[in-house]
Amino acid sequence: MLKRLRENKSAQGTLLALPTTIWMFILLILPLLLTLVISFGKRSPDGEVIFTFSLDNYIRLLGFSSDCAGGQASCFDPLYMQILGRSLMLAFNTTVIVIAMAYPLAYFIARADPKRRNTFLFMVLIPLWTNFVIRVYAWMMLLRKEGAINLIIGTVAHWLGINFVPLELLYTPGAVLVGMVYEFLPFMILPIFTSLEKIENSLYEAAADLGASPFKTFLRVTLPLSMPGVVAGTILVFIPVMGTFIVSDILGGRQYILVGNLIQRQFLDARDPAFGSAASLILMVMTLIVTYFYTRKFGFGEEIVAA
Amino acid sequence: MKEFAVELRDVVKKFITPEGNELNAVDHVDMQIRNGEFFSMLGSSGCGKTTSLRMIAGFEWPTEGEVYIEGKPMGHTPPFQRKVNTVFQSYALFQHMSVYQNVAFGLEMEGAQKEEIKKRVMRALEMVQLIGMENRRPKQLSGGQQQRVALARALVKTPDVLLLDEPLGALDLKLRKEMQLELKALQQQLGITFIYVTHDQEEALTMSDRIAVMSKGKVMQMGSPAEIYERPRNRFVAEFIGESNFLEGQIKSLSANEASVFIPALNAEVTGTPASEGLVHGEQVFVSIRPEKIHLTEHSARLNTFEGEITSTVYIGSNTHVVVHIGDVRLKVWEQNRISRLEPSSFYTIGQKVDLMLMPENTLVLKKD
Ligand SMILES: Nc1ncnc2c1ncn2[C@@H]1O[C@H](COP(=O)(O)OP(=O)(O)OP(=O)(O)O)[C@@H](O)[C@H]1O
Ligand SMILES: [Mg+2]
Repeated sequence: MLKRLRENKSAQGTLLALPTTIWMFILLILPLLLTLVISFGKRSPDGEVIFTFSLDNYIRLLGFSSDCAGGQASCFDPLYMQILGRSLMLAFNTTVIVIAMAYPLAYFIARADPKRRNTFLFMVLIPLWTNFVIRVYAWMMLLRKEGAINLIIGTVAHWLGINFVPLELLYTPGAVLVGMVYEFLPFMILPIFTSLEKIENSLYEAAADLGASPFKTFLRVTLPLSMPGVVAGTILVFIPVMGTFIVSDILGGRQYILVGNLIQRQFLDARDPAFGSAASLILMVMTLIVTYFYTRKFGFGEEIVAA
Repeated sequence: MKEFAVELRDVVKKFITPEGNELNAVDHVDMQIRNGEFFSMLGSSGCGKTTSLRMIAGFEWPTEGEVYIEGKPMGHTPPFQRKVNTVFQSYALFQHMSVYQNVAFGLEMEGAQKEEIKKRVMRALEMVQLIGMENRRPKQLSGGQQQRVALARALVKTPDVLLLDEPLGALDLKLRKEMQLELKALQQQLGITFIYVTHDQEEALTMSDRIAVMSKGKVMQMGSPAEIYERPRNRFVAEFIGESNFLEGQIKSLSANEASVFIPALNAEVTGTPASEGLVHGEQVFVSIRPEKIHLTEHSARLNTFEGEITSTVYIGSNTHVVVHIGDVRLKVWEQNRISRLEPSSFYTIGQKVDLMLMPENTLVLKKD
């Protein structure tokens, strides 16, 4: 038996992959299937899931209410679509801002003296040692009416003799954006840094040697060669931003709802897991579509040649 | 056109080593490289060849002194404004571009027209025999082919001077020999000045019009391959290029083209040719003679002839390497096997007494330091 296994390469492969496959099945496939099944169900009056096959949850997400009296046009309520749209926009904006901030930083670190490089990387990583939720609360402290930012501006204004009304920073879409950018910045810096660091110095020299100015060198050599990092970073940032609910919960207030909040509330407050499951699946499909088109367009960076 | 394509005048490059010491990687170097010549910098690892080349390309600036290109002082002119191009040791090809795009890059930077670029790129690729590979990525090429892309990419710019930093270092011996000949032919055909860095003495001798032998940041000697080999100016050069026997002694008489040196180990005087500059009467010197230039004869009583005993012979095909002892003095002698013999050792046998003749014109008198 053992001897036969030793000779059979494909059986070895199967055996080695078995534990992973089992875990994947238990932890990923099974829950997904469960979510799919539940999403076709209904909520019983006392908050239990009734297993049926009904598309009601999906119809509701699209904005059509099934128990709408008479089914008039006015019954169309785009609330959920708006939430989805808002989440997409926020994820998009966050990603763009994070790229704009992370790229120069990563570039700076990658080109820094190797001795100082580790210090800089360390500084990028330090925030990740603190719990995610606590860091978001810290922003609450900064953004509050009596928070650090208002305090500083107020003090400066006081010195200058200007009348200052504390700004409403917290519980605004801006606060959520700031929180998201802050939370996900390291996840963009690291992959971009990695791809920039891999570019050999002799390539910059070769470009200069062939007559490229520093700016042209950046456009034609540095940028295309670091695209794999940007693509990886985008995936690492865009997808979680789409699903996170903590940042918007703490910094956005009760009215600022993202898909993540919607799903969370279905499971906890509204006790409608069926609807929550449907929303989860929609979120997943949307993320997949965006990622699919994104990676198709940008590949994993290698194909990009600014011509 | 100026006589010199590139000139280094009293150039010094200091580096601070990671240990915090100051190091003169290039130490008061003067070099004149003539237009259209194949010039090599030859020296062992760390002697400052790459640093010198990088200062010509503009990647480094001299700490002291000045680099001139076509008679113009370069100062802090950046690389992209110098009319020299470099073939890097690691090739430094752009992996995200095809072979065609790699070669076209330099022309695009000049703002050349698409048609013009296409014509020149194809001509350059033809020159290095890469037609049909233009759509490949560098990763899809062999080492030798990548080397050619690097060459085409630099040549397409029609530089006045091409700088090559050990461009054949990564190739196997056979391919290296082939490429040496190709490079030399290309250089002659194009008439471009080549400045070539290598630590391989044979490569330098094969390809160069002139060679600068470097050691510890200094130029030890500059001259044609024959000058370097036949008239080394000091022991370092004589030892670095080819092999040589050295005998220590003191100058007893000296004229412009002849010097007589007393060798205590032989208890005799040897007549030779002064090769170092500034030799003075009474100075302690080395007498240097190459193994292939010693004649083994049987009993003649001519000038510079000494009796010795053969202590080892090694047959290596074209030559026999013989070691002869004159008292305690050990001399390497290479005899050409001009006549085919199936038992080569029958001609030279261990223990045999022979006379060694050192022709004065082959016997060089060199300064001790
Ligand atoms: N950026 C640098 N910082 C500090 N020292 C350097 C630097 N570049 C070169 N050196 C030192 O300068 C000396 C000359 O280096 P260089 O690269 O010119 O040698 P080389 O003759 O090209 O040697 P090789 O044949 O090994 O390539 C070496 O001792 C090297 O350690
Ligand atoms: Mg070198």
